Amino acid sequence: MQHTALADQTLELHDPRSFVTKYIWSQDHKVIAIQYGLTAVFVGLVALALSALMRLQLGFPDTFDFITPGAYLQFVTMHGMIMVIYLLTALLLGGFGNYLIPLMVGARDMVFPYMNMLSFWVYLLSVLILLASFFVPGGPTGAGWTLYPPQAILEGTPGVDWGIVLMLVSLAVFIVAFTMGGLNYVTTVLQARTRGMTLMRMPLTIWGIFTATILGLLAFPALLVSAIMMLLDKLAGTSFFMPALVSLGESLEYTGGSPVLFQHLFWFFGHPEVYIVALPAFGMVSDVLACHARKNIFGYRMMVWAIVFIGALSFVVWAHHMYVSGMHPAFGFFFATTTLIIAVPTAIKVYNWVLTLWRGNIHLRVPMLFAIGFIFTFVHGGLTGLFLGNVTIDLPLSDTYFVVAHFHMVMGVSPIMVLFAAIYHWYPLMTGRMLNEGLGKAHFWLTFLGTYAIYLPMHYLGFLGVPRRYFAISGTEFIPESAMSLNASITVSALIVGASQLLFLVNVFWSLRHGERAPRNPWGATSLEWQTPDVPPHHGNWGPQLPAVYRWAYDYSVPGADQDFIPQNHPVSDDERSNAPGGPA
Amino acid sequence: MKLVIALIVLVLGSLLFHVLSPWWFTPLASNWDTVDTTIDITLYITGVVFVAVNLFMAYAVYRYRHRPAQKAHYEPENKRLETWLTAITAVGVAAMLAPGLVVWADFTQVPEGADEIEVLGEQWQWSYRFPGEDGKLGEVATRYVAPDNPFGMSPGDPAGADDILVRSNELHLPVDRPVKMLLRSKDVLHDFAVPQFRVKMDMLPGSVTYAWFTPTRTGSFDVLCMELCGIAHYAMRGRVIVDTEEDFKAWLGGQTTWAEQRARPAADPAAGERQYATCVACHGPEGRGNLQMNAPAIAGMEAWYLERQLRYYRQGVRGAHEGDTFGAQMAAMAGTIASDSALRNLAAYVASLPAADSEPTLDGDPRRGAGHFNTCGACHGARGQGNHALQAPRLAGQQDWYLKRQLKYFREGIRGAHQADNYGHQMTMMARTLQNEQSIDDLLSYVNTL
Repeated sequence: MQHTALADQTLELHDPRSFVTKYIWSQDHKVIAIQYGLTAVFVGLVALALSALMRLQLGFPDTFDFITPGAYLQFVTMHGMIMVIYLLTALLLGGFGNYLIPLMVGARDMVFPYMNMLSFWVYLLSVLILLASFFVPGGPTGAGWTLYPPQAILEGTPGVDWGIVLMLVSLAVFIVAFTMGGLNYVTTVLQARTRGMTLMRMPLTIWGIFTATILGLLAFPALLVSAIMMLLDKLAGTSFFMPALVSLGESLEYTGGSPVLFQHLFWFFGHPEVYIVALPAFGMVSDVLACHARKNIFGYRMMVWAIVFIGALSFVVWAHHMYVSGMHPAFGFFFATTTLIIAVPTAIKVYNWVLTLWRGNIHLRVPMLFAIGFIFTFVHGGLTGLFLGNVTIDLPLSDTYFVVAHFHMVMGVSPIMVLFAAIYHWYPLMTGRMLNEGLGKAHFWLTFLGTYAIYLPMHYLGFLGVPRRYFAISGTEFIPESAMSLNASITVSALIVGASQLLFLVNVFWSLRHGERAPRNPWGATSLEWQTPDVPPHHGNWGPQLPAVYRWAYDYSVPGADQDFIPQNHPVSDDERSNAPGGPA
Repeated sequence: MKLVIALIVLVLGSLLFHVLSPWWFTPLASNWDTVDTTIDITLYITGVVFVAVNLFMAYAVYRYRHRPAQKAHYEPENKRLETWLTAITAVGVAAMLAPGLVVWADFTQVPEGADEIEVLGEQWQWSYRFPGEDGKLGEVATRYVAPDNPFGMSPGDPAGADDILVRSNELHLPVDRPVKMLLRSKDVLHDFAVPQFRVKMDMLPGSVTYAWFTPTRTGSFDVLCMELCGIAHYAMRGRVIVDTEEDFKAWLGGQTTWAEQRARPAADPAAGERQYATCVACHGPEGRGNLQMNAPAIAGMEAWYLERQLRYYRQGVRGAHEGDTFGAQMAAMAGTIASDSALRNLAAYVASLPAADSEPTLDGDPRRGAGHFNTCGACHGARGQGNHALQAPRLAGQQDWYLKRQLKYFREGIRGAHQADNYGHQMTMMARTLQNEQSIDDLLSYVNTL
């Protein structure tokens, strides 16, 4: 392995000299990760505020003058797109992927540091373009985060002049950023692992991020072409997605395009996107669970194969978002079958997380609380997926609040539980300080119980048949008054959850200066990122010598060992025998 | 410990919520009880898993919580356990999938002899078409769509002549007869959904989709658009009334065919001018309206809109609410119109009168009003010029005091809430977006500038 020999020398590294090269135009993966993370959290707070506005309208209709039907749709659209793409994808891959990959595989940095830096700045550009749409005439697009044509580019939808154009351009720019980052992550995992770090010794965090990045590299191009084609339809009068139609009484020039084609392209990206968010979360939560239960992850090999299998299957289930789209109904048989098959490896992951707790030594510290909160919410969201994935059940439930409740549970709340678990877990490594435990616990309880109070009842609005994306639901015979009170209570919970995130922000910024100094490896973790010579790790991560790896990442509570964890870079003693995957024979 | 209690409470609380919830599927009104059965099967299986996994986790957290001298067990893998769990899960998944596929096969196979009825969606209203006596729907195409041909009927296809065109949000269906709904859209995506029927399907411009069901009980059911179609998506509502066979025939008999609609003679404004003599007292000789008489400006309004309102007044759809005293006056006057053709002549005459600018009486802020008008402009046009295709009348040139009163009437359900007011119900929803007097004044001050 030639590259390890080279990497042992510190000479070839980009060497930051000034404040600007160290913190602004930085090529250090750790700084880039923080830049990604702060940007994503900032834009996520914008999306959180939008959801509060949206909930105010739903909970208390006919109260707020400034929330017009158009503004409501703009809130919905921007909330969804920001949360899925600019927060979750960016924070999980650009943030945690960047921070953890080189540290966990024992590399000095990403293999293409300059491109990594560009990736962040291009991402920032895409965020600025997106946010600019709030300030252009007509405001941002209100086409729904799925941006379905023809509606997205026709009169009658908010933001049809500028908003939709900026949205599509921003997405295209984001994909450029993602591709630069993604190529880096994949190449680093494949090429820059340190001595002894075989694939089957990698922590599940890396497996999750690695697989998700491959999914992203394969799926985002479908979104890119649909964005470009829709831009052409909008600006150049082409008809990729536009059939002949009469818009608001006026016959337009379009002819021959297919709106369903857009949906296929969008969901060919959109479904893997779910796993682009979920797989890194699966990986990180596995490591948090194992560490705080002081026990090896149960069924490591099965966990790895489940990640890979889920990733592969995620490319053949996309049309389950389109059961009632008017595509040929025969597709329903195929996509329902593939979709329900995906439940099997997913269930295995859940069993293995729970079995990791079984016979463990469970420390209920804040990261662990969030990790267990994740299992609960993910089980809930996963099980409701079995309703929607089953084509027949989709007939009454699609486009109702059941869908909204399901996907918020499974790809909103549960990955965010993992993100919080991860931040509480890795914050000491990133800053050298501990987060405040009391604030952290208050934050956990309000978030965990509060989100359940939002989304459990929401499923029942869906059973009732209440449609999503409705500015107001008055004027129907089948929706009882009590549904309005339920909506009001959901809104109150949502506002409480939203406000309780302040506890988190206060904690993060207060602890930066005033938090307790973190001991080295405060949780007693085995993986490499905690074994750096300095905390937080310096530029180049490892000092003069790269670490060598001798064992898998889960040697917790090994019988006969002096302490309840053995780091991955700890050599194997002569009398040690292990049945662990990648362990000494 | 708190976490263990919380997990148990959440599991039991979820079950309790499920049992006590008054929010559940609407009572079924179609043949699709098999859809409900599939849901029940899935609900029981997933319910058991939800309870089992979470209670097991709660127990594990309790039993293996950290205590001094506690040490975790070292067990990387357990092939047998993992294989068993995989197998049981696969069986459970198959048990949910199989009934789903069987029912889906039924849904894709439309029964022989099902009645074909077309649903036409457009921003933001529904229309319906029956094939008429020949049992065949005539050809349609977007390029034929025009104000006097909203369905886009092909002039060359004789099969279309007897098609019954229902230009209304309300559809009637006979009970216990399978229907295949052919779904078509003129502009963007829509979705035809009736919660009590359980089925729904998107409507796509450029193609025809379908869904079938058999209504199994009589009654009135909401039709909802369930695919986002622009800012008034939430107001795109309709109604299906499931009738007995006799009632359905009677209703269908009252609808007109495409041939009949085409054959209707043009209205005669000259004849309308003579009738207008009755209107002069309040609306003035030039139809400019009169604040003292509470009579709005009507000169130059669209004939289709005037016709609809005059009919509503005659039928008690408008002006019959006890809160609408001025409307009651108008309803009495409209009752004196001798026939439907007289009504059309009158509307044609009024429409031919030159429109004039209105006298502003409100003192709002037109700049803020412009923001509110964004919503209105979607239907009424950016210049308030009105749009026949959206059934939205012209607003520019109308007296602001009249518009203000109507907005209040819509808000309070004095106007637009009548079941037969096909398009007024949208205005009742839209008027509610204006929360106070000031917003209304601002909006109308902006309309005055148009």
